[in-house]
Amino acid sequence: QYVPVKGDHVIGIVTAKAGDVFKLDVGGSEQASLSYLAFEGATKRNRPNVQVGDLIYGQFLVANKDMEPEMVCIDSSGRSSGMGLIGQDGFLFKVSLGLIRKLLAPKCEIIQELSQLYPFELVLGMNGRIWVKAKTVQQTLIIVNILEACEYMTAEQRKQALAKLSGN
Amino acid sequence: MKATPLSNCERRFLLRAVEERKRLDGRQCYDYRNVRISFGADYGCCVVELGKTRVLGQVSCELVPPKPNRPTEGILFFNLELSPMAAPGFEPGRQSELLVKLNRLIERCLRNSKCIDTESLCVVAGEKVWQIRLDLHLLNHDGNIIDAASIAGIVALCHFRRPDVSVQGEEVTVYTPEERDPVPLSIHHMPICVSFAFFQQGTYLLVDPSEREERVMDGLLVIAMNKHREICTIQSSGGIMLVKDQVLRCSKITAVKVAEITELIQKALENDQKVRKEGGKFGFAESIPNQKITAFKMESAAVDTNNVEEQAEEIITKADPPSEVFAKPILHTPGTAQIGEGIENSWGDLEESEREEAVEEEGESEATAFECQKMETEDTSMMRETKKDEPIVLSDSEEEEVVILEPQELPKKTRTQTNSKQENTSKKAFNKRRRKKRAA
Repeated sequence: QYVPVKGDHVIGIVTAKAGDVFKLDVGGSEQASLSYLAFEGATKRNRPNVQVGDLIYGQFLVANKDMEPEMVCIDSSGRSSGMGLIGQDGFLFKVSLGLIRKLLAPKCEIIQELSQLYPFELVLGMNGRIWVKAKTVQQTLIIVNILEACEYMTAEQRKQALAKLSGN
Repeated sequence: MKATPLSNCERRFLLRAVEERKRLDGRQCYDYRNVRISFGADYGCCVVELGKTRVLGQVSCELVPPKPNRPTEGILFFNLELSPMAAPGFEPGRQSELLVKLNRLIERCLRNSKCIDTESLCVVAGEKVWQIRLDLHLLNHDGNIIDAASIAGIVALCHFRRPDVSVQGEEVTVYTPEERDPVPLSIHHMPICVSFAFFQQGTYLLVDPSEREERVMDGLLVIAMNKHREICTIQSSGGIMLVKDQVLRCSKITAVKVAEITELIQKALENDQKVRKEGGKFGFAESIPNQKITAFKMESAAVDTNNVEEQAEEIITKADPPSEVFAKPILHTPGTAQIGEGIENSWGDLEESEREEAVEEEGESEATAFECQKMETEDTSMMRETKKDEPIVLSDSEEEEVVILEPQELPKKTRTQTNSKQENTSKKAFNKRRRKKRAA
């Protein structure tokens, strides 16, 4: 179960649009709120094109245990720095929180080794959600399965599996 | 708790994958997940695992007076419960539509097919009959509850032993398990449900849908069949229109699957029987593997890795060389300077263009810090280079002919600028040009 923490970057799923505010499911006990003005370049006239069911990558502005958590998609200087609406294709899946932290560590071997295989886009949310997009459905599925299995594999097993894949 | 909503992204991806006949865990369209059956210490208790979906079945019996309109038949009672630990959307005490549907299906499958001989459950006609109660609990929901529940039900019933009874005139003696061995129920055949999920108005079909696939499916067809190829129950939900030969095809597939599963069940029952006879250890403590946190174990997914082309080198050779980067300060008018082109902001690109063709965009959260660092180093290196170069006046357009308001030795410079535009760029070429400029 994920507990929202201020400053954490997470992937949320839009569940409702209530006037000026979006409600997102982030995997915690409560839904987070996200104002439509909290995107880069958003004004009252220029609203972001977000539908129910879309994926958003943002960070927590407010996250106490007493209040509903609040998210934004811009950082303190007003730039998006990679946050915002995540693209339409690709696949979202869930892994354990520990694996995410391992993947986010600097110089993560898993990601470096995977990038040797073929290009892909990857977004990691601290709430355990990962979004992957590769060129074909099959490549995406392979990456998803490897990341899910990384939790249970030792480094040698992983290297073996990747060697088998790149040998094909 | 509310269930996690399904994002549009996932829905689209799953539908695309189905169109390409690919499943999330690498199965084929007609493949079942691994079925594992384990028995408890009591007779009539079993756990069936279909992939990650787990159902616990427990059978118990009781002597009760029979129903008034059926004095010579025993009573069967079936109950399926969706435990809250199965999925976050299940709440205790709430009768959802899904629960009602599943219960009805299990009842029809097991009761109406007359797989259990109810006459044999009669002890004293009109007075005492056995009431057999089957309780199924869903422990984990990963798709296809119906199949797992039906397998658990039939296995539990086959495994169950009721106490032996003897009737002498008016006296009924119920023997305890110590006095006389308990007697199995008389089961004629084993009906097993097989589910088919339909997508795109019946064009694509999958056997044994997982939880994600169930969420995006259009309709569900459940066929309950026994190994003698007799259909016991058939139900279609979701409102899709099915063509006749689709249903026939599904029934043929069902026959094959049911044969396999029945064989598996027989083997499991025999194994358990053998273990109990030999006096070996039996029960859940032995059969369910230890799942400690330190013991990492996961089933290997057979993902199809054929035709995975596009190695990193191929991509580099195929990709176009990056567009030219102007890294010299440009004077629009005297007194102002601009470094780099306003239109093409490709500062970070040049040095890593070859590396990055193999790694498109890595984890954004991770790469933001990473890229910022890279960009800073790029900036400083370019700044160093550009100071040695002469400033070039250039207008915003990238035309060959550039009209400049204050021509001061400018035509020469613009020509060199346009010449350099035409050069082919790669890292080495850029360096050569930089060196040339410096020399000049």
